[in-house]
This record gives sequence, C-alpha cells and structure tokens, in this order.
Amino acid sequence: MNAGPKRSWNWSLWFGFLFVLVGFISYAFLFVHFPVTRDSPWANLLLFGAGAILLIVGLARAFGNPRAYRGKIFGPILGVVGALMVALFCYAFFYAARQVPASTGAPRVGQKAPEFTLYDKENKPVSLTDLLSGSKAVVLIFYRGFW
Amino acid sequence: MRSFQQRLSEFDSRGIRVVGISVDPPKINQRQSQNLGYTFPLLSDPKAEVIRRYDVLHPGAGPKGADIARPAEFLVDGSGVVRWVNLTDSIAVRARPGQVLNAFDEFKAAGR
Repeated sequence: MNAGPKRSWNWSLWFGFLFVLVGFISYAFLFVHFPVTRDSPWANLLLFGAGAILLIVGLARAFGNPRAYRGKIFGPILGVVGALMVALFCYAFFYAARQVPASTGAPRVGQKAPEFTLYDKENKPVSLTDLLSGSKAVVLIFYRGFW
Repeated sequence: MRSFQQRLSEFDSRGIRVVGISVDPPKINQRQSQNLGYTFPLLSDPKAEVIRRYDVLHPGAGPKGADIARPAEFLVDGSGVVRWVNLTDSIAVRARPGQVLNAFDEFKAAGR
C-alpha cells in the first residue's frame, strides 16, 4: 500500500474554510441583530481575514510540502468556494444593499408630515393625529417588513 | 427596531411615541410583535399608500417583486411638523434610537 510517510490532514485549510463559512452566514443570523455589527460588517470581515490567512497557510503547506501535508486537491476547492463566499457577501453588503431609492420627495425638516390612517395589529384604525394627541412627538419608522 | 424597543422607556419618559410602518398585514404584525416582544404599534400599509405619500417606496424590492418601504425614519413634533429625517443609503444601516433622542432633545432645547 502507501509506502510514504503518513501525511497531515492540513487542518489550517479546514479551519480557514470554517472561518469564512461562519463569516458568511453569521451576518444574517447573528450580527444583523446588533447595530454595532449590523451597520458595518467588521466582525464578518475579521472572520474572512482570519479564514483567508489560514487558507493561504494551508495552501502553501499543501503545495510547498506535499509529502507532509494533504490538500493539493481539496485545498484549491476550499479556497475557491471561500473566495466566492467573500465575493458574494461583499456584493450583497456593499452593492446590492445600497440600491435604495433616493426618496427626494420625502417630507423634509420643517414641513408638515402628511396625515395618514393605517391599521394596527388589532385591525383598529390609527391616524397620525391620534398618535400626536397627548404626545410630544412621534417617531415614524418605515421598514421593509417581515412578509 | 429591536434597539428602539430596548430603549422605549426613554422615548416614553419624553412623551415620544414610536410606531413602525410597513406593507405587512395586521396578522403578520400581530405575530411579529409577539415574537419579538415589541410593545409599540406596528401599522399596516398593505397597498403602500402612505409609504408612497412619504416617498419612501422601494419598488419591486419585496417578495415576488412587490413594492415595499425602504428603511426611513421621521421625527414629527406635536404640531405635526417634521423635525428630523433619516433616509439611509443602505438597507443594512438604520437609525439608532440615540440619534432620534438627541434630535428631540436638541429641538426641545432650542425652545421650539
């Protein structure tokens, strides 16, 4: 059978890939819930950075010392998939998320807020006038919705 | 909106009401309020009429190309005048409660 020395599994490749994977999926499930990590994805970029370093170390081992380390086949695959995840994340966050209409006709500071009547969760009508009566101010938060 | 819920007492103590507005029907708002523990009202604008009136429509950005609201926040004073507006340029970046509270305190301090 294999007469050569037993080759190491090259864990830095797998851990590097794991970091990138966690960086990729953690935004939607975890970091989006905290303004500090939502507005700027620094936590995800840190994970990507750590993952990239480990992947590069792993690839260097696989190709520089193939007698001691595995990974000449799965290393590049993990590297490409990882790079695609980073690219997709950056596209989504830095490009797609910014395709927001300019809303140039939105009410400006000093203008009267347009009156409205909408229905609350109990299907009861609520108007802006209702909200303003007996209060000092109202914050209207328009949001995309949960659907 | 989670962060607004967390600091809701600071809005209450100033006499500021917080409301959310989206195209979600009341049924979804009921469920979401319960799941997320929101005690401020979520108002339903299924045909995006008010969303259009405020020019905060994001055409085709919803499921199956539905029109939804883009994230936007307005602070309206007791006389119905807009005092502060936040129109984000990224859907990932929203107003923080502190910004709104500061804006309120500033226009109160200015005596208007």
